[in-house]
Amino acid sequence: MVVAEELEKRFGDVVAVDHIHFQVEEGEVFGFLGPNGAGKTSTMRMIECVSPKTMGSLTVFGMDSEAHPREIKQHIGVVPQENNLDPDFTVRDNLIQFARYFDIPVDEASRRADELLSFLQLEEKKNVSIEKLSGGLRRRLILARALINRPRLLILDEPTTGLDPQARHLIWEKLRGLVTQGNTVILTTHYMEEAARLCDRIVIMDQGRILEEGTPQALVKRLVGDYIVEADATVEVRNCLEQHRIPFDTAGEKVQIVTPEPKLITTLLLEECHLEQVAVRPASLEDVFLKLTGRTLRE
Amino acid sequence: MTPIVRIPFSYRFGKVWRRNLVTFMRTWKVNFIPPFLEPLLYLLALGLGVGSFITQVEGVSYPRFIAPALISIAVMNAAFFECTYSSYVRMYYQKTFDAMITTPLSIEDVILGELCWGATRSFIYALLMFPVLLAFGVIDLPSSFLIFPFSLLAGFLFASLGMCFTAVSPGIDTLNYPSFLLITPMFLFSGTFFPLNLLPVPVQIVAYGLLPLTHVVAVMRGFCLGILSLDLLLSITWLAIASTLLCPVAIHLMKKRLII
Repeated sequence: MVVAEELEKRFGDVVAVDHIHFQVEEGEVFGFLGPNGAGKTSTMRMIECVSPKTMGSLTVFGMDSEAHPREIKQHIGVVPQENNLDPDFTVRDNLIQFARYFDIPVDEASRRADELLSFLQLEEKKNVSIEKLSGGLRRRLILARALINRPRLLILDEPTTGLDPQARHLIWEKLRGLVTQGNTVILTTHYMEEAARLCDRIVIMDQGRILEEGTPQALVKRLVGDYIVEADATVEVRNCLEQHRIPFDTAGEKVQIVTPEPKLITTLLLEECHLEQVAVRPASLEDVFLKLTGRTLRE
Repeated sequence: MTPIVRIPFSYRFGKVWRRNLVTFMRTWKVNFIPPFLEPLLYLLALGLGVGSFITQVEGVSYPRFIAPALISIAVMNAAFFECTYSSYVRMYYQKTFDAMITTPLSIEDVILGELCWGATRSFIYALLMFPVLLAFGVIDLPSSFLIFPFSLLAGFLFASLGMCFTAVSPGIDTLNYPSFLLITPMFLFSGTFFPLNLLPVPVQIVAYGLLPLTHVVAVMRGFCLGILSLDLLLSITWLAIASTLLCPVAIHLMKKRLII
């Protein structure tokens, strides 16, 4: 559905996207993960045909993104990072107005608008002005708006950033519904949980480059491991671990031991190192992410 | 970089125009007051007030002299302020253009739609002022009907001019510069409230050479007073050429600002 080769985006001297390759297949949920400034949004904007690429090739639905922007955009739904609902219109009229831009006839637009309002549980708000909506409601309406043209490809740029857990779970639930209907979705996020729950395949980006690609489970297993045992990073613990030649990482005030045998390590820590508390958890995408992109702050 | 082979414009600019018309009409009551009120106030203050000291200007009464200027100024302000402050709000604060260009609309469609809407606003103002001026008996029929198509041309020019400033303005406050430094002088020195030949020759040359409002006033005056001369054709040509030049500049500058 989307094929990028040697794709580059520069803003003056700054390379935002640095010769990346990726391929999104029909029916999958493809995630772009990365810290702020990794080049995720620049990549999305090129796929959306609103930002010209500097170099390389990019095809969407088999068409060149710069030769056929109208044809491509006709079949794309976009949830941008910034809310850009039209404040001059009510909730329902935002959908109707947007449908016009896609040449959807009025009867059909109004049928689809009602359908989408009910799908995203916005019926009660349909005549409310945009300014009176909470962040979560706005996000839901933007998702409804992105679906008004029944897109073959849905692009979501940080769909749940800044939302409370309830609103986030509702969006996830709706997205999963769309995915089971066979929609193709590309999303960016820096919530690992979101990526792990929704994505079939992810790429991890940093400084304009793609560092890794794969299914969330495969990435975790390959790059981190199965389980992580955590304990307080005291001198005794470190010495004890070094004595037993167990490799560990220090993350803040904790030591982390990656292992396929959490029981063994736990027993050892509790008995040999005389610890009172240890925690065991499965390795997660967050561990992969931090391993690849480091722990230092980006902005 | 691959060459972009496509026609940037399409019929879709009409959708942008329509969006603006819909929002305008929803608040039509407040939008329709100024074009009714403005000519009334000006005719009372300047026509009857100041005008009582003036017997005739260029062979006509003072209210008849300023009536076409009032329409010209309204046409200028309607389009210019629509495509500066209002377009800036839609572009920068509401991100309306960003949302539009993710649909099959191109940036060229969006800006052309905005410019046509600016021209339409000028037309609406001319349309609403018409009966007021007619009631005062300060414009003549049937030649005055010509102001309607002409207000679209003049409006389109001021819309394009405004959009150029919108495209390069770093913030909404800096849009005050063109309104103080260009619109206000034009309002006063384009043969609006006194004949241009009272001014020194260099000023006259600047007014005719560079100020679009001078030509708009000249043409409006010809239409309203029923004096159709060849000079009007010259002014219309000047305005048509200026529009043809400014419109692509406005679109180009907006594209440079928004497509990054």
